[in-house]
Amino acid sequence: MAANIAPASRPAGRPVDRPVDRPVDRRGILIELGGTALVVFALTVSLVGFHIKDISGGITLDLRFVDVASAVAIALVVRGWTILMRHGYHRVVAISAAAVAALLVVSLLFGGAGVQPWLPFKAELLQWLLAVLSAGFAIGAGLRISRDGRSGVAGHDGAALDEQDALMDRVGAHVQRNSLWIGGVLFAAAACFPFMPGVNLQYLDIGVLVLTYIMLGWGLNIVVGLAGLLDLGYVAFYAVGAYSFALFASPDSPLLQDLGLTEGISFWLCLPFAGLMAALAGVALGFPVLRLRGDYLAIVTLGFGEMIRVTLLNFYSLTKGPDGISNIPPPSLLGYSTQSKMDEETLQNTTEFHTAMGWDFNQADTTILLYFVILAMALTTNFFTVRVRKLPVGRAWEALREDEVACRSLGINPTNTKLTAFGFGAMFGGFAGSFFATRQTFVSPESFTFIESAVILAIVVLGGFGSQIGVVVAAFLLIGLPEIFREVQEYRMLFFGGSMVLIMLWRPAGLLAHREPTIRMHGRKGRGGRAEADRAT
Amino acid sequence: MTGPANGHGPGERPLLTVEHLTMRFGGLVAIDDVSFQAADREITAIIGPNGAGKTTVFNCLTGFYKPTVGRLTLELEGHPPIFLERMEGFRIASRARVARTFQNIRLFPKMTLLENLVVAQHNKLMRASGYTVRGLFGFGYRQEEEKAVDRARYWLEQIGLVDRADDDADSLPYGDQRRLEIARAMCTEPVLLCLDEPAAGLNPRESADLNDLLTFIRNEHRIGILLIEHDMSVVMQISDRIVVLDYGRKISDGDPEFVRQDPAVIRAYLGEEEEEDLPDIVKQDLSTDGAGGAGALS
Repeated sequence: MAANIAPASRPAGRPVDRPVDRPVDRRGILIELGGTALVVFALTVSLVGFHIKDISGGITLDLRFVDVASAVAIALVVRGWTILMRHGYHRVVAISAAAVAALLVVSLLFGGAGVQPWLPFKAELLQWLLAVLSAGFAIGAGLRISRDGRSGVAGHDGAALDEQDALMDRVGAHVQRNSLWIGGVLFAAAACFPFMPGVNLQYLDIGVLVLTYIMLGWGLNIVVGLAGLLDLGYVAFYAVGAYSFALFASPDSPLLQDLGLTEGISFWLCLPFAGLMAALAGVALGFPVLRLRGDYLAIVTLGFGEMIRVTLLNFYSLTKGPDGISNIPPPSLLGYSTQSKMDEETLQNTTEFHTAMGWDFNQADTTILLYFVILAMALTTNFFTVRVRKLPVGRAWEALREDEVACRSLGINPTNTKLTAFGFGAMFGGFAGSFFATRQTFVSPESFTFIESAVILAIVVLGGFGSQIGVVVAAFLLIGLPEIFREVQEYRMLFFGGSMVLIMLWRPAGLLAHREPTIRMHGRKGRGGRAEADRAT
Repeated sequence: MTGPANGHGPGERPLLTVEHLTMRFGGLVAIDDVSFQAADREITAIIGPNGAGKTTVFNCLTGFYKPTVGRLTLELEGHPPIFLERMEGFRIASRARVARTFQNIRLFPKMTLLENLVVAQHNKLMRASGYTVRGLFGFGYRQEEEKAVDRARYWLEQIGLVDRADDDADSLPYGDQRRLEIARAMCTEPVLLCLDEPAAGLNPRESADLNDLLTFIRNEHRIGILLIEHDMSVVMQISDRIVVLDYGRKISDGDPEFVRQDPAVIRAYLGEEEEEDLPDIVKQDLSTDGAGGAGALS
């Protein structure tokens, strides 16, 4: 994955001609099924089978071999369906999958607790996913039957895969072409979200979290998607931003105390400063890694991310190490504080926004404020990226991703170009970091572990390098859904890994990977555009 | 075609002067004390058998290698001479305005033709966009971009690819990619254009087109062209001057007629004896047998 991050490099040759009416190889099928069962068993026996539970006075081991057995059974059924599809028994698959899906849906909707024990896994979400999976199989098989009926020729498995891919290519292209109004609709939805009925504090919090990751994804997209520099330590800039913010905004920060200040500096003053600090950190990282590309660059950035975290952990006199910096105030509004709890002394000197407006203090209002702050910041990141792509520096980033040697031969300074990419990407990471600090009111090094970098990168990869809307979709899938379905918390990483593997198999370039030219000679519907559309179909 | 196509004798005004150029990689001497001149508004070809050091000369000229010894001087009218060997790679393209193409085509494959040509005008556009700051807010940049597109259109017209301006560069056939690379180099408005085997892999019709394009560039845009080529039909037809390298040394230098009859060149290309054309393995056999002859040139 690391070596080549140029977009849309889909493996060209897929086995297309696979005869359907070949003799059924029973032994091969048995081996295939056995292998599947073995792999699923090996994966689930440790992850699902043994569950360590916290009880008062210690921990105990919970054995859940029924779940393992159901996982194996599900895998066998699904693999069986795939094999049947491959051999042309579409009708069998359609009927059985539809039956399973219907059974699951009915028992989930109407069965209540009485039926639950009969279903595999306890978590409702898993059962829903199974229902969706079976329904997908049923629909797929049904479509195949109707198409075969029309054309009179049995379809080929490989061809279907290619069709699927071409379909997603076209979806990606359409999304990119219509990004203006899709973005508009998304923006309207995002702006209305806090005021929609049924949106409670929990959902609002999830919204804030998803937007933070969208912003981080967009920021990282500058470095990875546009400039093609694989950065595995993006969280370092997030951390630099969060800490530079916290050190000046929190009255508890050792730095402010050293300077003799008792009051934190306003959010709106600290924010640009934090962005600047992060950008400087980005440039500082950029210098030593200028000559590196691909895997080597990834390793060095990974190390840089860890260095920042370890420094924060050990520089106790400045960062209070593992204790972290607390008491970071939320952003002020029109010069008024929006903090909920203040000690008497500060309360006398400041006016709170809700007092000034004559409102009662409401936690949801603060969250709504945070929501709009991060929405505005994320949109700024997006506008910057969209705009800069059409500027020489953005084109130079993309050219650098395509071919660095050619860039040099055209007089483009690769050093400056890379450094600006690192700097801008880091700056937006720093902004997101300050927001994180003000939202959490507390920062400590453990918020900035490698897994955060991995998640942000996963969002960019899953969404499709360089695709702004892809990042939004991926952030919903990877951050929003797991938060909404907290009940499957324990299988989260399993899903995460599984979906990444599937995406890499199915769409190596990401969900909505499609590059729209930054400038056109003939316009969208011009000659060139049509030629491109012809090739896509 | 008008213009002073044949009005220049070789070396009338040297554009590029290469003196005592030597490049060593460890113990291997790739170029050994090579000196030659390339005149303005002329096509100078560097030819030689495989491994003669032609591409190394190019890489030294365009800053991809730092020469071990030697001086590379670029002289422009009304400018102090520029010493290329002292410059960083990308500055040779931006300041000295020496553009090059590559033996294995190096386009930006996933960018459109137009984008490829606009990226080539990066430095000018960068200044116009106020180094991004002004451009972000959209002041005064649009005009400059339109000019860049016009220049790109002009070159796309010259290579006959205007219709495909909005297609990805990697969707072009091989020959068109070669010509696009030349157009991209020309978009940097060079004073010296260095082409590394521009006719490699082209069919006879395509190389004839290439000849026309190169003579057009020389005659209409009045710049010097330096080219490495194996295809003798290209070299002999369009070159004003030919430099022949063999094993890193210059063995001949002059106009096509002179070089064609130079015994040193004939020896390098055809060998003194027939064994030169035999496969390597046979030659090895011969030399271990002591039959001799294969090492005539070494």
